[in-house]
Amino acid sequence: MHPAYSVIIFTTASGAGYGLLIWLGLLGPLGWVPQTSAFGFVGLGLALLLITVGLLSSTAHLGHPERAWRALTQWRTSWLSREGVAAIATYVPAGLFGIGWVFLERTDGLFALMGVLAAALAIVTLICTGMIYASLPTIRAWHQPFVVPVYIALALATGALLLTFLLLLFGVVTTWAPCLSIITVATAWGLKTASWAHVDTAERTYTIEKATGLGRFGKVRPLEPPHTQPNYVMREMGYQIGRKHAQKLRRIALLCAFLVPGLLSLLMLLAGQIFGLLLAILAVISAAIGVLVERWLFFAEAEHVSMLYYGREAA
Amino acid sequence: MTALPETTAKKLGLVIDLDTCVGCQACATSCKEWNTGGYSAPLTDQDPYGADPHGAWLNRVHSYEVGDGTSSRTVHFPRSCLHCETPACVTVCPTGASYKRAEDGIVLVNPDTCIGCKLCSWACPYGAREYDYADGVMKKCTLCVDRIYNETLAPEDRIPACVRACPTGARHFGDLGDPTSAVSRLVAERGGFDLLPETGFKPVNKYLPPRPRRTGAEASAQMSGAKADAGDNGSLASRFFAWADKVLSR
Amino acid sequence: MPIGEPKIALSQPIGDTVKTTTCYMCACRCGIKVYLKNGKVRYIEGNRDHPVNKGVLCGKGSAGIMQHYSPARLRAPLKRVGPRGSGEFQEISWDEAMELATRWLAEVREKDPSRLAFFTGRDQSQALTGWFAQQYGTPNFAAHGGFCSVNMAAAGLYTIGGSFWEFGEPDWERTKYFMLFGVAEDHASNPIKMALGKLKARGVKFVAINPVQTGYNAIADEWIGIKPGTDGMLVGALIHELLRTQKIDLEYLVRYTNAPWLVIRDPGAADDGLFARGENGKPLAFDKRSGVLVDATLSDIAPALVGEFKLPDGRTAVPSFTLLAERFLSAEYSPEKAPAITGVPAETIRRLARELAHAAFEQQITLDIPWTDWAGRRHEKMVGRPVSMHAMRGISAHSNGFQTCRLLHVLQMLLGSIDCPGGFRFKPPFPRPTPPPNRPGGKLGTVAPGKPLNAPPLGFPQGPEDLLVDEQGRALRIDKAYSWDAPVAAHGLMHMVITNAANGDPYPVDVLFMYMANMSWNSSMNIPAVLRYLTEKDETTGEYRIPKIIYSDAYFSEMVPYADLILPDTTYLERWDCISLLDRPISDADGPADAIRQPVVEPDRDVRPFQTVLIELGARLKLPGFVDENGAPKFPGGYPDYIIYHERAPGIGSLAGFRGEDGKSYGKGAPNPKQLEQYIANGCFYHHQLAPEQQFYKHANKAYLEWAKEVGFIGAAEPIIFQLYLEPLQKFRLAARGYGPVQPPDSHRRRIEAFFDPIPFWYAPFEGAVLDEAEYPMHAITQRPMHMYHSWGSQNAWLRQITAQNRLFMHRERARALGIADDDWVWVTSAIGRVKCQVKLMDGVNPDTVWTWNAIGKRAGAWNLAPDAPEATRGFLLNHLISELLPEREGGYHFSNSDPITGQAAWYDLRVRIEKAKPEEAGESWPRFERLVHPAGETRVAVSTFGREFREAAE
Repeated sequence: MHPAYSVIIFTTASGAGYGLLIWLGLLGPLGWVPQTSAFGFVGLGLALLLITVGLLSSTAHLGHPERAWRALTQWRTSWLSREGVAAIATYVPAGLFGIGWVFLERTDGLFALMGVLAAALAIVTLICTGMIYASLPTIRAWHQPFVVPVYIALALATGALLLTFLLLLFGVVTTWAPCLSIITVATAWGLKTASWAHVDTAERTYTIEKATGLGRFGKVRPLEPPHTQPNYVMREMGYQIGRKHAQKLRRIALLCAFLVPGLLSLLMLLAGQIFGLLLAILAVISAAIGVLVERWLFFAEAEHVSMLYYGREAA
Repeated sequence: MTALPETTAKKLGLVIDLDTCVGCQACATSCKEWNTGGYSAPLTDQDPYGADPHGAWLNRVHSYEVGDGTSSRTVHFPRSCLHCETPACVTVCPTGASYKRAEDGIVLVNPDTCIGCKLCSWACPYGAREYDYADGVMKKCTLCVDRIYNETLAPEDRIPACVRACPTGARHFGDLGDPTSAVSRLVAERGGFDLLPETGFKPVNKYLPPRPRRTGAEASAQMSGAKADAGDNGSLASRFFAWADKVLSR
Repeated sequence: MPIGEPKIALSQPIGDTVKTTTCYMCACRCGIKVYLKNGKVRYIEGNRDHPVNKGVLCGKGSAGIMQHYSPARLRAPLKRVGPRGSGEFQEISWDEAMELATRWLAEVREKDPSRLAFFTGRDQSQALTGWFAQQYGTPNFAAHGGFCSVNMAAAGLYTIGGSFWEFGEPDWERTKYFMLFGVAEDHASNPIKMALGKLKARGVKFVAINPVQTGYNAIADEWIGIKPGTDGMLVGALIHELLRTQKIDLEYLVRYTNAPWLVIRDPGAADDGLFARGENGKPLAFDKRSGVLVDATLSDIAPALVGEFKLPDGRTAVPSFTLLAERFLSAEYSPEKAPAITGVPAETIRRLARELAHAAFEQQITLDIPWTDWAGRRHEKMVGRPVSMHAMRGISAHSNGFQTCRLLHVLQMLLGSIDCPGGFRFKPPFPRPTPPPNRPGGKLGTVAPGKPLNAPPLGFPQGPEDLLVDEQGRALRIDKAYSWDAPVAAHGLMHMVITNAANGDPYPVDVLFMYMANMSWNSSMNIPAVLRYLTEKDETTGEYRIPKIIYSDAYFSEMVPYADLILPDTTYLERWDCISLLDRPISDADGPADAIRQPVVEPDRDVRPFQTVLIELGARLKLPGFVDENGAPKFPGGYPDYIIYHERAPGIGSLAGFRGEDGKSYGKGAPNPKQLEQYIANGCFYHHQLAPEQQFYKHANKAYLEWAKEVGFIGAAEPIIFQLYLEPLQKFRLAARGYGPVQPPDSHRRRIEAFFDPIPFWYAPFEGAVLDEAEYPMHAITQRPMHMYHSWGSQNAWLRQITAQNRLFMHRERARALGIADDDWVWVTSAIGRVKCQVKLMDGVNPDTVWTWNAIGKRAGAWNLAPDAPEATRGFLLNHLISELLPEREGGYHFSNSDPITGQAAWYDLRVRIEKAKPEEAGESWPRFERLVHPAGETRVAVSTFGREFREAAE
């Protein structure tokens, strides 16, 4: 699949934003994080900014962004529509939660409920995002049980890294925050590794012989394509990445998204505020790069069944 | 309206005869021609006279080689939307622009409400949906919905443009939901098949398989024994001339 | 309708206007209906009433809109201002253009009319253009037939009075066995496609004999991947088998062919090999009932097919059939001999012969239609041998094409399957007498300054006396047609004109006037040499060796930059045209048909239809027939006036329908001023349906022959006798042996002796025969994709998307042996040059053959494509590899790379070797030529949203 930058940025930024929102929505009411207006403003502000930037970026992918509102109508059948509805709905409790925190410095009672609700809707949004991909039987790499958990886990991990960074920024040195990062990063690593293993080992059940129905006569080879220059389907669905190149990028993703942030988080347990902050910044940057690469690979490595008609042997 | 109708009154679709298609591209260009000025107008072409000409086409003709060596065969393979009974391209649509008509089962995109998110093209295993880069919306085979009910056309012309143009008669149009229709009978007689039935989208369009080659063994058997030259004496020529030396009236 | 489904407009009218006309996206000439919306072409569909396409339309026809609106269209007349080839032009007015052309042409006509070479390419108005040449007085006229399929046409016309394609077709409704020889996709495309569909539906066995398994061959029941140029050997072996197994129709041969005619057997005599003739000049046969020699054309005789007979003068003679049978019964043509040559196993050949015989003799068809033969004998039934065949350029474009085509017709005769139910059927006005009676005009001493030619320039020589040669035997025509190089060059040799004119061989010309032929590119052999010929100057005079070139084309083809004066033509939707029975008719076997084009839109540029321009030139030159006795133009309204009022013979004109003052006559009748209106009202065509009793055995059917004479198709209601033995060839041979007043130069004698065999035979194509096969082991051939027509397709925004780059297709196993993988780039080397291109491997090709799509490769900038278009950067032509001249022969003479009988260009004789290109050479084709620029500037759109306006108009 063609790795569209708008969609990669959307899922990466919004994912981190939702992750941060989930942690703030849950930990704010619990009082694990500073209850100050400033922390609320910066924390929730960053979360909503990332979410909003991501959502806006995703509309750049549309042929008609001005009609984007129509995407809220088909929640009964469409995971994309559900995602849109959930994303918008998340703003309501998140906004109310923010009003309580920033203006009233309150995260209890009704505001606590709003925080939990925002966290819940954020998770729903992440599930919807994952399901957009996971629900497509046309793309084997996506149509598998790990996609949704990976989306959630990466959101929680990047959210945790951001939260750790914010705490250190506000001079709060904790043990639990780096630990949270380590746990979520490790979980995401496990899920992603399992996901890749699943993709790599799953049988490629669709073949060019099945796609054309001509297998009864023997092996099918394309003789001439319908058009000599690539068409939309080939440009969108026919993106191909070399195996070696993909392996390299996978190592980069593993290193940046999981190994480096995990190790830096471990170091944070030993470091003070200033050094910890530096480590946290590095961890966030590294994770951002890693997740962008992971997301790029998520598209680039995905094979679409329709490409069988254009000569791919199996998908 | 991306919820699928529970049933459709008809299942209009195409039956494509791979045994007869010679790959002339008539269906592809007549489709382009009709639809670039019809319901889906325009079907934009990018860089039409340049280094990378590519545009939106609703019907494309592939060719494949099947089998090996001297027994290999060339198969021309037109491919367009199959108007599935349970198409994911419709249900994934976030706006309702994609829909399946309850009346006849035709899958359409409303060009006025499509946002161009391309998700439907991801959901289609057949590569049948094509994004129009200039128009910003998805285009697809309409089964010439603006022809088949068009009262300004003569009744015999109320068929899809590709079927109307096809010189070999390799394309057939009709109601595949009616087992007594000509197309249904053709499918039954010729062992028509679905593309990728395992995806579960239940394509309405059917393909008729190429018939087995006839390289003679079966025909030769029933032929009356050709007179061999295993005659008694004389050369081949003298035997022949003896045979041909007849009184034949002009 | 459930809530949520949008309302859509289901009954929008297609357009506001609809007009019928005739397609010109290829030479098939289908009937079309063109829908207009707000003056713009909205939709083109096949006309259901039309006899050619009955409503269907091919991939090209449906893309006609993009041809009509092509950015390659020329805008105004152009005069060259820079050096030739530079593409520097100045737009001029039509007045200036016409004055210039008239001056050039008038000067030549007063000096020596043969110094004008007028060649009209893919012309569909040869009745007019040939007449112009005749009235002008130059013998140097032809269209593109010489590089297309003259072998097919000439062999057929000389042998059976018709041929495939425009001359005849299988009885698709009734045939039970169909054989297709060679590439056929580009001619008669829709009728054949429709017919193949019907054959498949009826379960008729369809055998394809073709080195390549694509297109029609892909759906054949059996594919025979024969080696190029060896079909004649295969047919010879089939004939051998049919003779051996005694499965031939002797009665048919006796009745309809010259099989019983006695051939003089007197080696060394001046008439050896000619027919023995009686005192009345009629051929003789031996009547087995009376035991005496009789006029072979009499009915009710019982002529012998076998034996040796004494002539009154004491010499011996044998029936021509005996000679034919002797040849094909020999081991030379046994199926065992064929595999090494053709690549087809002997057992397959034997089986095919069995199948042919089975279909012809065991599945005989009988129609309950009484008919009367030429002698007035009534027959209650029509009996048919339901075996049919079709062949076209794949057979024709070899240097053995004429004889191979003859072999095919002989096979048809032996099976008794010509113009019978289920067999091959003539399309009226065919059959014509064998050979056709008209001889070429322009014999020695008949060309004179200011005078018209004594006869139309193209005709059918029947012996050396009809050749256009001087006393030394040198050619009188610029293309050497009807000379000893190509005595039966019935369509001329357009592919030799530029070479010969530049070399002054046989003489130079002053003006080269061409129409619609891309002679500096895909229509010529050896393009680098042709470009040199077009631009080389005479060292003494400083003038171009071809001093003046006038060219008419609608589009910016590769040829345009090499002309001095451009007369821009219209598109096919902007013009009147006439598809005439005098030219290349669109008849079917049930009756003759002709058609017109009418303008459906007005030109939006300063362009004029070529035919109208030619008629005006004729009037300005005051050519007889173009002006009245007062010197005033005879056809002031241009081509439509000519179509209506020009009479070739009294009452016979361009169109056969709606003749006579009342418009009620067919065939013959006075000009009808309302004829075009009546054609338009009839859908722009007229098809005359023959009565059932006239529909078969037309060559011997009294009702048909009498009617055909009445409407002017034939001169007399005489039976047309098929020429198993082709006596005119023997006359040329005898001249080569030293007899008669007109003899070939010594350099040509052996060649004439060898190839002008009156009994057809197979010989190896010349290029393979003269080259070292080990050095050039592969055959290289081309075919046109069904969605393209010669070089036209690439300017079409839709069609070029389908094929913007061509590949060299080669056999997978052969490629593996050469270390070549799919998509690799390779060098293709012939005896004269090399080309670099990208391969595509396949199984369905003869292993000794490589092939590609023709005319996809374009010169950068031509056709107003971007200079980096794939057609220019990755496309290629094989033309660069094909020599227009054969290697030097004894006496330093270069024969053209053509069939020795007809001069048909031997495109498919090409031999090459293939080598993998170096890695750094991959990615671009070679050779490349300097970039061209459209004279009106490069006006290409970056994005085409054609059709949006129709939707907006509807809303």
